[in-house]
Formats: sequence, structure tokens, C-alpha cells
Amino acid sequence: MSKKMHITLTVNGKEEEFLAEPRELLIYTLRERLNITGPHIGCETSHCGACTVTLNGKSVKSCTMFVAQADGAEVTTIEGIGGPDSLHPLQEAFKEHHGLQCGYCTPGMITRAVKLLEENPNPTEEEIRFGMAGNLCRCTGYQNIVKSILAAAAEMNAAKEAAE
Amino acid sequence: MKDDVENREDRVANLKGLGCSRKRVEDARFTQGKGNYVDDIKLDGMIFGDFVRSPYAHARIKSIDAAAALEVPGVLAVLTAKDLEPLGLHWMPTLAGDKQMVLADGKVLFQGQEVAFVVAEDRYAAADGIELVEVDYEELPVIVDPFEALQSDVVLREDLDPNAPGAHGPRKHPNHIFTWEAGDKEPTEEVLANADVVAEASMYYHRTHPCPLETCGCVASMDKVNGKLTLWGTFQAPHAIRTVVSLISGIEEHNIRVISPDIGGGFGNKVGAYPGYVCSVVASIVTGKPVKWIEDRMDNLMTTAFARDYHMKGRISATKEGKITALQCHVTADHGGFDACADPTKFPAGFMNICTGSYDIPTAYLEVDGVYTNKAPGGVSYRCSFRVTEAVYFIERMIEVLAIELDMDAAELRRINFIRKEQFPYTAALGWEYDSGDYHTAWEKALKAVDYEGLRAEQAHRVEDFKAGKTRSLMGIGLSFFTEIVGAGPVKNCDILGLGMFDSCEIRIHPTGSAIARLGTISQGQGHATTFAQILASEIGLPADSITIEEGDTDTAPYGLGTYGSRSTPVAGAATAMAGRKIRAKAQMIAAYLLEVHDDDVEFDVDRFVVKGAPERFKTMKDIAFAAYNQAIPGIEPGLEAVSYYDPPNMTYPFGAYVCVMDIDVDTGVPEIRRFYALDDCGTRINPMIIEGQVHGGLTEALAVAMGQEIAYDDMGNVKTGTLMDFFLPTAWEVPNYETDYTVTPSPHHPIGAKGVGESPHVGGVPCFSNAIQDAFRPFGNRHTNMPHDHWRIWKTANALGLHD
Repeated sequence: MSKKMHITLTVNGKEEEFLAEPRELLIYTLRERLNITGPHIGCETSHCGACTVTLNGKSVKSCTMFVAQADGAEVTTIEGIGGPDSLHPLQEAFKEHHGLQCGYCTPGMITRAVKLLEENPNPTEEEIRFGMAGNLCRCTGYQNIVKSILAAAAEMNAAKEAAE
Repeated sequence: MKDDVENREDRVANLKGLGCSRKRVEDARFTQGKGNYVDDIKLDGMIFGDFVRSPYAHARIKSIDAAAALEVPGVLAVLTAKDLEPLGLHWMPTLAGDKQMVLADGKVLFQGQEVAFVVAEDRYAAADGIELVEVDYEELPVIVDPFEALQSDVVLREDLDPNAPGAHGPRKHPNHIFTWEAGDKEPTEEVLANADVVAEASMYYHRTHPCPLETCGCVASMDKVNGKLTLWGTFQAPHAIRTVVSLISGIEEHNIRVISPDIGGGFGNKVGAYPGYVCSVVASIVTGKPVKWIEDRMDNLMTTAFARDYHMKGRISATKEGKITALQCHVTADHGGFDACADPTKFPAGFMNICTGSYDIPTAYLEVDGVYTNKAPGGVSYRCSFRVTEAVYFIERMIEVLAIELDMDAAELRRINFIRKEQFPYTAALGWEYDSGDYHTAWEKALKAVDYEGLRAEQAHRVEDFKAGKTRSLMGIGLSFFTEIVGAGPVKNCDILGLGMFDSCEIRIHPTGSAIARLGTISQGQGHATTFAQILASEIGLPADSITIEEGDTDTAPYGLGTYGSRSTPVAGAATAMAGRKIRAKAQMIAAYLLEVHDDDVEFDVDRFVVKGAPERFKTMKDIAFAAYNQAIPGIEPGLEAVSYYDPPNMTYPFGAYVCVMDIDVDTGVPEIRRFYALDDCGTRINPMIIEGQVHGGLTEALAVAMGQEIAYDDMGNVKTGTLMDFFLPTAWEVPNYETDYTVTPSPHHPIGAKGVGESPHVGGVPCFSNAIQDAFRPFGNRHTNMPHDHWRIWKTANALGLHD
């Protein structure tokens, strides 16, 4: 066993501090150590995106990142995006437009979509399909996911305009 | 009274019953990351198990040395077949009447086979332990080709008496599993021998995998104090798993509680029983701690439940005018090292005998030979009823090949051979009684929607341009018309391990007019909590929003055979409606009592019973529920509950008409799906939004299978497609937008006329995508090329036809 490393990490606004083996993966930290089970494990090779989190402002697949690499980082998971009293417009839109079925890809999918709309608040369908291509869904065929993201973008833009 | 002023239309809308695109009740938890999947389960003191797996496809195991592994801090135990043998658990029965090694007993038969189970305090320690288990293998000759297996002197299953019959009759060779026949052999051959036109094709429906995004897994917890075993897992059939666990472990069934929590997609992968479940149970008994086992993606793709691997040879005959006269099909079915297909007992090749499709074919014969090879066991129904994807692909390719032979338009050939509306109920040459259908209406609607004639004209123009060197792109028009056979099934001919394939629903109405209903099925994303409440809402007149649906806990839910083969709506959905009708019958008596009239003088109207001819005198179902618990009604027991076990009189037969338009770059082999039109007839439509979602998803899995997804082996039996790097799952980028449409032909024997829809799009989609590719090359002499049509294979098809010269 290699020597444990001292890690500090902010997850969904809460600071965490612990000792971890250098080989500990970020998804393991989240799910097993911190009991944050929204991000899921689907492939362990960065293909499926079920484990997607936002790390220092970027979408990251937490199944192929060591927690040691995330030392000092700010991490946001689905749990930090919106809860029962304050759903994010994307969470609302996925419900409204049947953008999910089994729900396994959904946390990663929405986490990625939040980032996508931050990067590009007014995406075309093509830009959404390209921007979401790192997140696999086995159930929906993506059509309603695309629809959900387009609807959320419109909703968020309208809200922004109203606020201005 | 408020109810009084509401008009009927509002009262119907308020129920959110049949036909309503009700939003899903499941989505609140899933969108907030609060689903509860098996890997989310955490119990005090829980430990982890994982497998040492064979790197070889066929080898003798000379020794296993776990000493070094046991030295690893955190490793608690290493189980091998020797440890399981005294318990009689080193082998387990399969759903197909065969048996399968839980842990390698003397030899391994496929790469990835479970050899030892390492139990450790955490997953990292388990992985360290696995690395240090020393297994001494002696390699044996590997057979990955079923035709070779039937010729070879190499006996794969040394545990079986080569001269003894198998579970499905006599065996022709030590590597042969069964022969299964349907239809009439000699008459079919005679018609074929004397026919005007005969078309032939050999096709290989490749091996693939359902690959749900969540892999298989379980948590076993043996409470030694109370003698109770709780088993959480990714089970599509939790009740059947309980019975199987009881039978093989000897633990009495009332002491076993099986729970399917949220399941991250199944598609057939999670029907069977796997060594991981058995080993977790044993490890929990041995250690006294809860044991979790979760597959990684490679484990999943390499070992649990492949689909298809059917080598199909067909002959079809017709008159000069194109009227089909006979169909013959022979299948060599590669089942891998153990026969672990998930089919009803009497159907070792599933419902492959639906392969006469949607056509009125007077004479037919089907023969299937199952074969052992050094590949993973399985043969599950990946998003289809038992082997129906294979059957529909077969007939929809045979139709296309016959159209070529006749030099006829393939849409017209289908049209003149469809079973006509007035022929239903129709008994097919291979035995099934199709309950209902209106194929011509659906077909005409589909062809009109896509402007079929316009497409053919455009295609002809494109071929001219191609020949003139003006374009390097070809256009393919893929057609498919499918009939599924789902909703297994009548107990008289459908059982799994002797368990009749009925299903069930139990309803309790609460005093304040809300309800809970529990079913023997289990959702894996289909939205049962939403749709079954809709069926009930229409039956019992309480709003769907006031009805909780619960499934998956064998301690609380009534016994049922689970969710696969699109059987939930046809079977459990029927049980739900029937249980609802029992509630309504009692409610009628209560209403009559409250209204002081005879039982026959009240009638049900949306959400209430009204006095006939006096609609202002009524009792709502809410009133009735309250009365059921709070009034002493002479001759009526208190309470309002019902249970129904439904044994369907027949299968249901959903059908559909699909058209796909593709452009294909001849020089790169890259196809572009320009349009996909899908018309589905699933009978009565419960929730159109969910139906549409199921169609999108099924078509996308069809696209995957037709266009690139496969489990490929090399000659050494190595799996070449064991990660998502090599195993094709389409992304949002590759998937088109689909146009959905429908007709409604209710099932005459189902209480609400529903037929099931989850798998139809997959069944009809695969031949449609494949036919589009094949159709593009038809003008250049293509008859049949095998799937998957990835870019490389499409390029090869073009190349073989001389299109690069």
C-alpha cells in the first residue's frame, strides 16, 4: 500500500478533508467516502458519462480521475444543482419532456447539460448533440433529451431577459 | 358539493387515466440524483466480492492457490468450486434446463468465466486479492464456431453424458444441445421443389449484448440471528429469483426476501441468475456480513447474457405474381458454454416460430439446432420477446431477397402477402394464433406518410447520377413490417423452471380515497409507477396522482414472473385492470347501499356510481372508499382491497410499419440517416408520451445493433469488444430524430385492449436499418450482406460489388 495523501476538496459547497490512497478514484470518493450517490458508474473508461461532475468549471468524468488530481478543487454533482425546493430549469425540463427513462444516465446528463448551457446559452440542436456526445443514454434515443435541453435553454434565456 | 359542478370532461381529465400523456412520477427522484440503484445500497459492515476470471476460453484448471491473496490486508476469503461443492452450489440450474458452473469446476469454457470469488473489506482490496490468486491453467483447443463444434472431436461439456438426451430431447453430438422443430417438413419441401420462384439466403445474426448502462449486481445479507436472507439486486424477475435461490440453497422461501430497487435499464440482461448472486449469498452466509457484488463493464459485456448469435438459412417460394407459398428456415444457434437462454421451458428457441411474420404463408417449417461453443452463455431476448428479433429480421430479409428474385417492389410484395384484416384471429403455419391486426391500413398510412413513390423516383434518379459519375452517394429505402408476439404467456404453454407465466396485481384503497397497488413486475425505466396508476385510475375512478405503484419487493408484492418480453402491460397490466374491476364491483354494492337503491340500479361513471336515470344522485369513489372503512354495511366486509392473478388466454401481437431513408457515401462507407418513420400499433394507448419514448429508445438500440454493435471473438476465444471503446453504443451525435405515428387495433382478449410496445421498435427497427443499407446496393447486384453495417463493412460491400473500380 502506498502512502496516503492528504486531500482537501469542496463538494457542492461543503469542504471535505481526508486521507486517501493515491489510486483512489474521484467517483469512489464521492460515492463511497462522501455518500454522494447521484453520479453513477457505467463504464470506467470515460465513455458513458454517467459519472459526470463539474470540476473547477469543467465537465469531468469522475470515474477516470484520481481524487489526488482533484486536490483543492471545487466539485459540483447533481446534488448541488437543484433540490426539491429549487429545481434547476434543466431538471424541470427533463421531467416535462420525458428526457429520461431508467434514470441511470440522468444525473451525469443533467450535470453535463448545465455546463453546456453555461458555455453556450443558446445552442442549436446540432451543438447540443455534439456537446452531449460524451454522455450515453440507452433508453431515450436522445430525442427527448435534446428537446429538454432546448426547452431549458429557452426558459433560462427568457428568465434572464425578464430579469434584465 | 364541489364534484357536482364539475363537468364530465373535467372529471375524466382529473383522473389522468388511459390515453393521458401523464408526466412520470419517477422523474423527481431521478433528476435530483436520488434514485436508489443497487450500488447505492450501503449496509453496516458491508463487504465486497469480485471474481478471478479466466483469461482462457477453454482450459483445464490444474490448481488454484489463494495463499498470497489471503495475505492482502482487507481480503477476508477466497471461494472456489471446492468450497461451494459441499453445499451443492458449485453448479446451478439455468433457465433453459441446463446447468452452469458457479465457479470453475475443473475447467473453464469461456473467457471471463468465474474461477474464484474474492471477498474483501473494500473494492480496492478485492482487486488486489484477485491479482494474487494463482491459477494454473492447461490450455485446451478452442471452438468458437458452432459448425466446427458439431464436427469436432473436442468435447466441451465433459460433465454431460454424450449419449443421454438433453433437456429438450435427443442430442446429435456431444457439443449439440437440442433440435427444435415447428411446422411441416415434407409438405414445405414439396412446395419449395415445385414452386415458380424460390429465393434463398444465408444470414448471420451476430452476437451482441443488451448492455444496460447499469451493470448487474446484488447485495446479499444473511441475518443469522433470524435466519432471514435479504437479497437486493438488478433482477428483472425478483419473485422467480427468490424461488430459484430457495430451491438451490435450501433456505425456505418465506425466509428469503428479494428486492429489486431502481434498475438502470435491463433490456434482457437482468433476467437470468448469475454466479455473482450465488457467490454473494454464500459469502454472506460464510462471513455473516452483507456482501455486495457489482459487475464492471468488461465483466458485463464478456460474461452475463449475450443476445442472438443465430446462423439462419432460409428458402422462400412464391408464384410468379408474388404470392408466397412456403417458407423454410434452419437455424444453427450458438449458445456458448452453457445453455443459459432465458426462454419459456417448452421453447428452447424462444418464439422463433413467429418467423412467418405478418404474411399469409400457407406452409412452413422451422428447425433450430442449439450448439455449445467456447463463448459466454446467454442467448437472452435483448429488447424483444424471446428470439422475436431474430425471427423478424429473418422474414424481413427473406421478403427483400424474394423481391429481388421476382424483380418486384418490396413494398408491393409485402402488401399482396399480408394477412388480411378479416382473417384474424389467424392461425399461422408455425402454430401461433394472431389475435388481431390491420396490416394493410398501417402499411398504406406509412407509405403515404413518406411519399414512397416519390422516394423510389428519387432513388432511381440517384442511381442514374451515380452511374453517370455525377455523385458518389447512394440512397437506400429501408422497409420493414413486423408482427411481435409478446406478453408471455398462457400458463398452459409458458413457464420458466415450472413457474407459470401469469402476473399479478394487489390493490388497497385507503379510507380517504387514495390507493396503493403492488405488482409482480418491475420497471427498469418503462415508467410502471406512472402507467399502471393510469390503468387503475380509469378502472376505479380515483386520480392516478392518488395511486402509488410499488413493485420489486417479494415480501410485499404479489407473485409474478417479472418484466421482459414486453409482458408487463399484456399480463400485469391486465391483472391491474381485473383487480380494479373487483374493487369496482364491491364499490357498486357500497354505493347502492349508501344511495338506498338496488345494486343494479347504479352505474359507474368516470369517478362515481350514479343512480340510473338520476345523475344528480351519486356517490364518488372517494365517498365509497370512506364508507368502506367507516360504515357497518350489512352483508359486506369492511375494507376495499382486491388481488388478481392473470393468466392471459393468448399472447398479444403488436405490429408496425417502419421506413428508413439513408444516404450512403460509397467511398467511405458512412451512412447518413435522412429520415426514419415509425408507425406502431400497440392496441389501446395508455400513455402516448411514454409510448413515444419507448419507440425512440427501441429504435436507437436497433440502430446500434444493425449498424455496429457486436460481441466479437477471435479464434482463440478472446472477446474483442469488451469495453465501450469497441462495443458500439450510439451517442446523441449518431442518432437521428424519429417520426412516430400509430394506428389502434385493440387486442380482443386483453381487458383494456393493450398489447405492449417497449420492444416493438427494436424488433422492427433492426431489419429496417439493415434493409436500407441493402436496398441502396440492390441496383448493383446486392442480395444480402450481414450486419452489423459499420462503415468498414459498408465499404467492403460497395467494394465487393465493384463500386470502387
